[in-house]
This record gives sequence, C-alpha cells and structure tokens, in this order.
Amino acid sequence: MSNILETDGEQLLQAVLGLLAKKGIASPLDIQAQIASTDNATPGQGARMVAKAWTDPDYRALMLEDGTKAAEALDIPMRGMPPLGVMENTSDTHNLIVCTLCSCYPRAVLGYPPFWYKSAGYRARAVRDPRGLLAEWKTVIAPEVKIRVVDSTADYRWMVLPMRPAGTEGWSEAQLAAIVREGDMVGVTVPSV
Amino acid sequence: MDQEKPRAHHDMGGIAKFMCEPVDIEPHGLTEFDKTVDAIRQILGAKKIMSTDELRRAIEAIPEDQYLRLSYYRKWIRSITDNLLAKGVFTEAELRAALEEP
Amino acid sequence: MILTPGTAIRVKDDWPEAKGPVHIRTPHYLRGRPGRIVRHLGDFPNPEDLAFARPAAKRPLYHVAFSKDVLFDGQGTTDELLVEIFGHWLEAA
Repeated sequence: MSNILETDGEQLLQAVLGLLAKKGIASPLDIQAQIASTDNATPGQGARMVAKAWTDPDYRALMLEDGTKAAEALDIPMRGMPPLGVMENTSDTHNLIVCTLCSCYPRAVLGYPPFWYKSAGYRARAVRDPRGLLAEWKTVIAPEVKIRVVDSTADYRWMVLPMRPAGTEGWSEAQLAAIVREGDMVGVTVPSV
Repeated sequence: MDQEKPRAHHDMGGIAKFMCEPVDIEPHGLTEFDKTVDAIRQILGAKKIMSTDELRRAIEAIPEDQYLRLSYYRKWIRSITDNLLAKGVFTEAELRAALEEP
Repeated sequence: MILTPGTAIRVKDDWPEAKGPVHIRTPHYLRGRPGRIVRHLGDFPNPEDLAFARPAAKRPLYHVAFSKDVLFDGQGTTDELLVEIFGHWLEAA
C-alpha cells in the first residue's frame, strides 16, 4: 500500500481520474465544472465586502456578527462552505490569520490560499514572531498596537476587515474595493492609497 | 519545547526549525494539476465520500521527509488516493491497472 | 455546560500523538497553557472522530485567547493569540 502511494502525483491523478469516472463518481465534465465554479471565488469577493463595510455601518455590524450572512448579502455563494468569521482591525489591534496545522483559508471570499499561506515558514513563524514575519511584506505595525494572531484550527474560516486608509474620503464602493488586496484580508499587509 | 514533546510534524506553529525560514511572498498561480486535485477533493466532500478531516489525517500520515518535500497538491492526491483505497471506492489492483494504462 | 466569555481555562497537557494514529486540531504549542474564553463559536462534530469516519458527536467549540508572552517567553508584549479549541481539550485553570 505504501509503495503505490509513493507513485508520482501526476500519474496518481490520471489513474484516480479514470477510476472516478468509471465508478460514476466524477466525470471529466464534473471536474471542469467544479474548477470553473472554484475560479469564481477570488479576493475580489472579500474586497467587495470590505468596501461595503467601510461605507455602510449596518453592513459592517452584520459582517462582524456573521460573516456568512454578510457574504450572502452580496450574493457570494456560501452554501456548503464553513462558517465565515471576520476580525476587525482597529487603531489598537491588528489581526493576522494563519493555519499552523494545515491551510484553512476563507476560500469562499478569498479564493485559493496563496502559496505563502501554505508554507512551513509562514505557518511556523506567524504565531511566534508575527512582527518579524510581517517584515517579509515590509509591513510595520506600531509597537503600541497589539497583534492578534488568529490560528485557524477548526470549523470557522477567518478573514480580516482592514482599516480604511486615509485619503479615500468620498470614494465609491467600487473605488474602495479596488484597493483591497488579498494580503490585507489575511493581515500580512494593510491597504494604502 | 520542540524536542521534549511528541509533536506531530504537520503541527508547525512556533517550531524553532522554521523560525529563520524565509517566506516566498510572490504569487504562484495554480497549475491544471493543482486545480484538478482541488476539484476532486471538493466533489468527494460534497458527495460525502471523504471529509476534510479524513483528507487532513492522511496528509498528516505522510512521513515527514516527504511531507516537507512534496508540493501541496501532491500531498492531497496522495491523501485522496489513500482514503479511496481505504474506503474500497477502488481496490489496489484496480489502481495498479489504471496506472499501467497508457 | 457552556463556558462563558472571560472564563480562565487551561488547555489539557495531553499528547495522544504518542499513543497511535490520531487527528487533533489542538496545536502542540497550546498544550498545558492558560488562556481565556472569548466566545462560544457553536457546536461542531468532533474532528478527531470525523477523521476516521467514526460517528462524531457535536462538541462545543470556543475562541480562546492566549498571551503570546506566556506562550513564547516574550518580553512584555501585549500581542495575543486567538485559537479555536474544542471544549473537551479545556480544563479549569
């Protein structure tokens, strides 16, 4: 058993694809449809939520109370997805999301987890040396601001609601959404203009 | 702390071994291989054939040297195959036959 | 009984990894460490059973805050960790 599992991944994949099709579990079309639907989940979805929270206090309250409902309110598909929790950055607390055990990530609103999020260095360092880790992105959090590292270990998925940067007064939701990046919603960067 | 306790190798939070490990922050797009493996996992989950925790358990069972060397989705396809064999979705003989097909 | 926000707890200093195949969602760096309940997140099927396709009873899941200073011999930092921990891993502080 252990030998066959050490077969090269590409070969394993082709064999498994063939068997899943033969057993009626997943056809090539099913796979393509699943990939297409997964590709629809991008950081742009989370960015829309952030922009709305920055301009609509009721929406912000909903987002902090129940991220899943807030996502659904913007027609982001959440069915079958783990519950979404939202951590708000404030002038005295900065949040950083990690999954030290694997790679739990709010895929419904941010898409596939980025390469760095899944790396051993990120997973190990985030909990022990978050400020040193953030330096990889040249992100500096003032010493008086508390860093709250959220280790995503179980059934929730967590995203960060960053602070709205100065200089964006009067901007539309679409303009605001355009400056919110993937890393801002994980806490490795902060939005800027 | 790292040495005294029987930490599992996937349980990486705060371990000394990686404290000086640089993080590659560049974007890396997913390959067709990656996306296909990911899609299989989602379909197996939706059909209640394999849960997320079963996927994780078999990833964690990969020996440490291979766990650290294999790409993310190579670990996944290995775990998926491990689970499907264990559940009898297909047999090892069927898998061997499929591997030998051109 | 559901633990209320602010309750002081300690994560059990258990190492089931040493006894055989397991799947555990309580990180090693929290075992035996003191923390504080922030919120009951809901009840979820126990992943330790789900991982082996065993019947999985729902267990309370909490958001628990830990001082980074206490966890990693810090030097007076106010930084903290916030981690989802199942109730069966918690004991009175």
